[in-house]
Amino acid sequence: MTDLLQRLLPTVQKPARYTGGEYNQIVKPLEEVDVRVAFCFPDTYELGMSNLGMRILYGVMNQLPGVWCERVFAPWGDMEEAMKANNLPLWALESQDPVKDFDLIAFTIGYEMCYANVVNMLKLSGVPIHSRDRQGLNQLVFAGGVCAYNPEPLADFVDFFSLGEGEESTVEILTLYRKAKQAGWSKGEFLTAAGRIPGVYVPSFYRHTYHPDGTLAAIIPQDGAPQVVTKRIVEDLDGAYFPVKTIVPSTEIVHDRSNLEVFRGCIRGCRFCQAGFSCRPVREKSPEVLYRQAVESLKDSGNHELTLASLSTSDYRGLKALTDALIPDCQAHKVNLSVPSLRADNFSRELMEKLQTVRKSGLTFAPEAGTQRLRDVINKNLTEEEILDTCARAFSGGWNNVKLYFMLGLPTETDEDVLGIAQLVQKVIRTWQNHAANKKRGLRVHVATAFFVPKPFTPFQWEKQLPPEEYLRRTRLLKDAMRSRAVEYNWHAPDLSRLEAALARGDRRLGAVIEWAVDHGARLDGWDEYFQYGTWLNAFAACGLDPAFYTTRGYGEEELLPWQTISVGVSKDFLLRERHRAYAGQVTPDCRQGCAGCGANRLLKEGTCHA
Amino acid sequence: MPRLLFEKMGNAVWISHLDLMRVFQRAFRRAGIAIYHSQGYSPRAHVSMALPLPVGTESQCELLDFAFAEGAQLPLESLPARLNAVLPAGIRVLSAWEGGKKLKELTYLDASLTLQYDHGLPAGAGEKILAFFQSGQPVIVPKRTKTGQTQLDIQPMIQAVSILGCWETTLQLQCRVCAQNPSLNPMLLPEALRLHRPELAPDFAKARRLEILDSSGAQFR
Repeated sequence: MTDLLQRLLPTVQKPARYTGGEYNQIVKPLEEVDVRVAFCFPDTYELGMSNLGMRILYGVMNQLPGVWCERVFAPWGDMEEAMKANNLPLWALESQDPVKDFDLIAFTIGYEMCYANVVNMLKLSGVPIHSRDRQGLNQLVFAGGVCAYNPEPLADFVDFFSLGEGEESTVEILTLYRKAKQAGWSKGEFLTAAGRIPGVYVPSFYRHTYHPDGTLAAIIPQDGAPQVVTKRIVEDLDGAYFPVKTIVPSTEIVHDRSNLEVFRGCIRGCRFCQAGFSCRPVREKSPEVLYRQAVESLKDSGNHELTLASLSTSDYRGLKALTDALIPDCQAHKVNLSVPSLRADNFSRELMEKLQTVRKSGLTFAPEAGTQRLRDVINKNLTEEEILDTCARAFSGGWNNVKLYFMLGLPTETDEDVLGIAQLVQKVIRTWQNHAANKKRGLRVHVATAFFVPKPFTPFQWEKQLPPEEYLRRTRLLKDAMRSRAVEYNWHAPDLSRLEAALARGDRRLGAVIEWAVDHGARLDGWDEYFQYGTWLNAFAACGLDPAFYTTRGYGEEELLPWQTISVGVSKDFLLRERHRAYAGQVTPDCRQGCAGCGANRLLKEGTCHA
Repeated sequence: MPRLLFEKMGNAVWISHLDLMRVFQRAFRRAGIAIYHSQGYSPRAHVSMALPLPVGTESQCELLDFAFAEGAQLPLESLPARLNAVLPAGIRVLSAWEGGKKLKELTYLDASLTLQYDHGLPAGAGEKILAFFQSGQPVIVPKRTKTGQTQLDIQPMIQAVSILGCWETTLQLQCRVCAQNPSLNPMLLPEALRLHRPELAPDFAKARRLEILDSSGAQFR
């Protein structure tokens, strides 16, 4: 560690997040390394170290002989100021070497509000932010993660994107890179070859032109680049790389526990949910493999908490077998087993009681909409009856706290739907009055509303976002309708969600907006302490763009969409069909009740989905 | 109750006291050492450390007390090797024993202070600094407390100060200070210089705990 960093560390909050040195971090002798990767998470250490994808790919890359992948996180504001004041460039944790000295700089991007951090981290590294200004084969910037499905806002900065699951494609990319480095290829030669790896999208190979009204006129592939780049998936999750030996942070992180992914994809098809469509098809891991990985992960890390993660864990077919095997083990070793994302069905209720998590972690529902009509529109298969049944059972078990999450601004939403939320809350209160084991302690109902953000690759990708004023009117309408003292109502401020919507469906022109915003201080936008809405509005204005174009305008069904070069497997026809069913108030059954023909099965070798 | 002596050096100095408890709780599990857990809904491994070490300070004399889970006793001499195999770099268990002294008998702390002067040591710095701390005059530094800031006279808490070594840009001091009731963070010595004798204040200072002692000045274990 440099003397300078030693001097800065005592002056910043939580210095342990900047030093590396944790148990299981990977350090390789430099003489055995010919490809160095700086793996950047565009947010803080505490968030990045909680990211399972980053842990998997860190392991994947470091398994390769000759490749050394190190971690880089966004510094908190105090450290950033100290770095700037002392001309200290951003470093990788393992070696403490500056990021600018690395061959490859990788980002995993899961949230649009991290875009400023991507550019800011390049700036803090002293790496030219624009792809076109990085001429050599070193400092190659590539990115993956769910935000890569609409890569256009970052197209100016990122040399290539790795779409979808990276367990296999990352190995192919690094193998090609080693070959390129040994043979002394130019950056252009490497990108051309990389563009032939399935799932690799090179934005500079495409020219985007616009109509006078600002809509996209054409996407023109250059020099034989593919019309469509399809995301990668790992077909056999049991056989896929999974790290059971992972870094154990020495300082507290957000998800401070072992994490197992029980399956990928989702059978549900909630029409607002990007992950639900973009992660298809469903692929499960077997309970036997998961059990073994659980035991090994816990033993190696010393963690005393284990989470079974997925988009909807109740839908995991092996859940009973897995929890039956895990619960005795966890009890014997005093490990807290947590199973979030359970649905309000009977098995889940029994499981929750077995895990005794009800009392501790609380009872949380995400009905998303207040009326059955609107829940049908969004295809959220959660009925009022299921919610109230589960509440009744929990309340009679002595339990007195419930959280309800909703969205406001969903397509076709009326004031009646908004007030439906208040009515549902009232029914929850009445259920408590009828079933509470102990009324002395009173009831707390936490109601939260988020501002609907239309996302690419969902049936709602064409939708208008409400104007912020209208969203706020609806929050006031709801607030006035919930007078009970048992209710605590929180709503998200619309500013962040409006910007998120603009960036999520943004085109290539937003690169200039992001750059301007970062030049004027935007960073850590996901954090209230740092988010500056005004800076972003100024950035749009300075670039001659209007956020309304990307939010309240809505996209035409015939319009060329900026993310049209990318395929996540689910077809555009299917998304359109789902959109029209939404407007007709028709639900689409989940994949197990019948295939709706989304198209994601084509990503599998045999073309048959085993949802 | 078994007691461990361990050191905390290098990058590990940036791990806070609370985080260090978590590091040890996990390390015990990794080492297959079952330790006593608190009862209740969310059982926690019970470990306790004598004097919380300020973040950034090295130490070669930290103590940790714990208890084995029922029926899970292990030979104490096996613990350092078992734990060192699974601890993060910089934290090393040096020894383990049963029947340590009562913590309330821990009275003094020996620490070294490394003072760095980027533009060279001021003339006579060592002697002047010793004279400042040995003058018997109050040495007031502000101290943050739960209720705000108070003024603290650290002079009575400094038992001794001496010079360990002197180089072109570095001065190394050794001090003996009160360990408890109240305790003195040795880093307040350079802070006092900054406030009262800025011409002697270093550009950068760091501290290392060297030894802990009882009221008679004997090694505390």
